[in-house]
Amino acid sequence: MRALMTAVYVFLYAPIALVVLFSFNAGRSASEFTGFSTQWYGKALGNTFLVTALQNSLIIAFTSAVLAAVFGTMAALGIQRLGPRMRAVFDGLMAAAIVVPGVVIGIATLVALVAVFGAINPAIASLWPGERPPQFGLGYGSIIAAHGLFTMALVTMIVKARIASLGRDIVEASADLYATPWTTFHQIVLPQILPSVLAGFLLAFTFSFDDFIVAFFVAGSKTTLPIYVFASIRRGVTPEINAIATMVLVASLILILAARVLMREKKTKSTGE
Amino acid sequence: MPMAPKTKRNLVTAALVGPSALWLFVFLVLPFVAMVIFSFGERAPEGGYLPAFTFAQYANLPARAAAFWNTLMLAPVGALLCLLVAYPAAYYLAVKADPRYRLMLVSLVVVPFWTSLLVRTYAWMYILGSRGIPNLLSMIGIEDVRMLNTPGAVLLGIVYGYLPLMIMPIYVSLEKLDRRLLEASADLGAKPVSTFFSVTLPLSLPGVMTGVALVTILLLGEYLIPQLLGGGKVFFIGNALVDLFLQSRNWPFGSAIAVTLVLVVVLVLMVAMRIAWRVSGSRQVDLV
Repeated sequence: MRALMTAVYVFLYAPIALVVLFSFNAGRSASEFTGFSTQWYGKALGNTFLVTALQNSLIIAFTSAVLAAVFGTMAALGIQRLGPRMRAVFDGLMAAAIVVPGVVIGIATLVALVAVFGAINPAIASLWPGERPPQFGLGYGSIIAAHGLFTMALVTMIVKARIASLGRDIVEASADLYATPWTTFHQIVLPQILPSVLAGFLLAFTFSFDDFIVAFFVAGSKTTLPIYVFASIRRGVTPEINAIATMVLVASLILILAARVLMREKKTKSTGE
Repeated sequence: MPMAPKTKRNLVTAALVGPSALWLFVFLVLPFVAMVIFSFGERAPEGGYLPAFTFAQYANLPARAAAFWNTLMLAPVGALLCLLVAYPAAYYLAVKADPRYRLMLVSLVVVPFWTSLLVRTYAWMYILGSRGIPNLLSMIGIEDVRMLNTPGAVLLGIVYGYLPLMIMPIYVSLEKLDRRLLEASADLGAKPVSTFFSVTLPLSLPGVMTGVALVTILLLGEYLIPQLLGGGKVFFIGNALVDLFLQSRNWPFGSAIAVTLVLVVVLVLMVAMRIAWRVSGSRQVDLV
């Protein structure tokens, strides 16, 4: 039993470890380790295409995660105040946002936005008084919108679970002590749900930062880091990709560990341990 | 004049739910409607969409039968292979592992799921590629072994990519299991094996169902694993969709396939929930 579990961990981590190991390889070989070197990291960070893609990914992940955390938390708070019918519709749409495959989300967003832009852009151009009318197109906005859809539903789910575990009694106790609803929210509810909001934010950031397939459809001419990595892989395996992959791994590792610590803290607090 | 309490309450609710409702409507409902409309259209000569009302795109679905066949075969097989590895692992974590280290051991399983699937799949491209295992095999005299771009490679990638997602729900259902039931079973003279099959396994079935349903549904829309490890030879619906939208630009046909894919997902979900109700005897199913 123990041996089997060890095998599972080796299976999960050995491939990743191999990528990390060969990112420090001095030579170009993918099968022979010829010495330690950090030259591929230097090469990767000196690559302007890569750095641009990284910046794009950070901007998109941060913006969509902030929007998802704020709107998702608001939704989690508001959902319980809805009537049963509205609530069922809302829950259903949130579940759909999670269950519908990313490839379909990407396609649907692409199709709808291209149709809308196709109608709007000529109309604006005909009304625009100046020389160069603004053109709407795919880019940051469309990726943020499509990522935010899934991550907002994710944050809602996490925060809703946290609110459900809070219980109504502390809210009622606060009201009995003549606190206004806003004071109750600000002093009682918010501190309790904040760790799960933060965890949701980090998971949303990680998802957006790592997502390839949704962005692939709606990125337009923008390149995100996963799109760049995917394109490089198709050109062939190089140590530079190993270096980029290692950096991506380390970044998401830090984010996910932080999210787990926040979620665990909330659990031990709520059980009073 | 102060607002009536009820009006104020409704306003607050609307303000809380408004942004996400708008987001869901504009970026989920409307795009889906647009996709359905496109699926009844015709392909414009230069690619893209020409308004029409025709069922031609749906009638043409058999042209991509191979993609549907591969997906509908390999996704459930991949999920079941995943289950075979995941169950013993979940059992170990929930029942056998030292409680002091349990949380850390569970974290070690979850963390890979949240790291880039692209990078993790790339790692296997590396291992299975000509400079990986086949290269090592040729050193000991076994020549010309092809591993990459085979169904086996895709299945391996699937098990690797989705193992954490399969382990978690099974682990949760096993952890909730009342230990006293196991002791009672042993006290009544049952051997460990028969306790497992008559007590542990049936009680963990909801977790098993959740895991299989989750992984199967995600696999139905998979693109990266067949693309990188199947190399265009083993392709899924997701690969057909990328081809139709980004290369051959046949949007109406692609939309018809995407709509069909959603219907398949819904069907799988309904079957899974129906079975889950039966095994757990309740209507509570946590799919996520």
